[in-house]
Amino acid sequence: MEFFLQNLVNALQWGSFYALIALGYSMVYSILMLFNFAHGDIFMVGSYIGLGIATLLLGLGVSAGWAMPGWLVLILTIIISMFLTAFVGILVERIGYRPLRDAPRASAAITGLMIGIILETGNLALLGARRMSFPPLIKSVTYDFGGVFVTNKKILIVLVSLGLMYALHNFIQRTKWGMAMRAMSYDYLAVPLMGVSLNVIAPMTFAIGSGLASAAGILYGLAYPVLDPYMGILLGWKAFVAAILGGRGSILGAALAGFLLGFIEIFVAMIFPSTLRDLIAYSIILLILTFRPYGFFGQAHSTQLRL
Amino acid sequence: MPLLQVRNMTHYFGGLRAVHNFNLVIEPGEIKGLIGPNGAGKTTIFNLITGIHTPTEGQIELEGQSLIGLKPHQVASRGLGRTFQNMLLWRHMNVLEHVKMAQYSQLDYGLLDAFFGTPRLQREEERVTREAMRLLELFDVAKYAEHLVGNLPYGAQRRVEMARAMATKPKILFLDEPTAGMTPEELVQMIGIIRQVHKDFGVAIFLIEHRLKFVMELCQSIQTLVFGEVIAEGPPEEIQNNPKVVEAYLGKEDIT
Repeated sequence: MEFFLQNLVNALQWGSFYALIALGYSMVYSILMLFNFAHGDIFMVGSYIGLGIATLLLGLGVSAGWAMPGWLVLILTIIISMFLTAFVGILVERIGYRPLRDAPRASAAITGLMIGIILETGNLALLGARRMSFPPLIKSVTYDFGGVFVTNKKILIVLVSLGLMYALHNFIQRTKWGMAMRAMSYDYLAVPLMGVSLNVIAPMTFAIGSGLASAAGILYGLAYPVLDPYMGILLGWKAFVAAILGGRGSILGAALAGFLLGFIEIFVAMIFPSTLRDLIAYSIILLILTFRPYGFFGQAHSTQLRL
Repeated sequence: MPLLQVRNMTHYFGGLRAVHNFNLVIEPGEIKGLIGPNGAGKTTIFNLITGIHTPTEGQIELEGQSLIGLKPHQVASRGLGRTFQNMLLWRHMNVLEHVKMAQYSQLDYGLLDAFFGTPRLQREEERVTREAMRLLELFDVAKYAEHLVGNLPYGAQRRVEMARAMATKPKILFLDEPTAGMTPEELVQMIGIIRQVHKDFGVAIFLIEHRLKFVMELCQSIQTLVFGEVIAEGPPEEIQNNPKVVEAYLGKEDIT
């Protein structure tokens, strides 16, 4: 039982990363009907921006003679990095996707891949091939819940992720922009006739997705403090799998599937040798998709099929 | 000055001429109809004027301002509202949300208000919800406010779509087959609603219809479109007895 609960905690942590990243894929898909394949690399950029901001804030504290407490640095880092990475997302939309909005979908998909490579190699050119380590902003404390060991970082990661998802949910359900996003996810043509500009909603969607990816990047850096320019690839692909599994364009689906992915991975690793983890985990997901090709919350509804 | 003026509008889809030399003048408060057989180009004309397509040639002016090259959302904010033949509702959203979506531009709050849930946000939401409910009552769908649009009877869905178009506060309303698929009772109700909207809001209306009775009943003037060209224009009585119109609708009298 303790063993199970122990793994449950790990699964929640990994699920948080996947879910936060998957949301970005899903949101962009629901508006523009295309997958932003650079999203995994935006996660990487977000993580690096977080590293930069955290280092800066720590340095600032030292030079001012007043060392900021770690938790404050962490909060500020998350907020500032989310904004900066959101801006990166807006640039990606403006430079990469908007000129290709009426182009064949394949071109737009290729754009994502290219932007991804540019972000990876750009980082390489800028910072070199050296891996960088994320500063341990908060001291690790382990709590013992009747034989189940939970670190404060894990609790923090899961809570921050859930909090962000709740905020996103409110944004989408309660604001006019969220309403426009929901409407666009169903029908693309009628929304502009309500006086809503796609050139407002699309960048906003990229910004939100990128901000969430940045939060995921920083939380990831807290748990696994080694950053390298290619860290976003595998994680990005896995989150993409979660977005598909949840149902294309479904926000709730993406979040739940992100957690499900975490669970499957961790529990496969619990039973089988960890080298077989992804092999078996993703075979299971392939099987699920065979029976549910639209994912959990996907619908075959769109009036205009664009991918 | 006419409210809407279209001059010599021609449009090609590739090599296919969909609309040829189309002219239209709509005065404030006027109700005009556009009739014609299937595939005559009626919806294309709507799409050209509302900015979904840009015409190959010709001018479109709303209150003297050119609409050519504007995007659909810009045309909409200049005061042109429309409905669609196949409605284009958001079936997973409720009726009230449809109307509130159309009030997007009237919802005056910023991102910061949204993040902090300021009183301004609350106030704006409440104001717009009140206005939306009034519209829903006018269109006899207030009782469905919280229902998902996909679960409504067909005629009610049509009325929701019209309420949504009116919520953008248009100066001119384009209706693309507003009675398609309606029962005779719903049709009679729709005539009443359109009259009511016309009277209450003083909005000009341009409508596409298949049912001649409906058009004859409502419109002051009717254009007949065949293969992208207007073959007859005038008041209902005149159109009804125009041999060219009769031919387009019923085929040539060819009993020899």
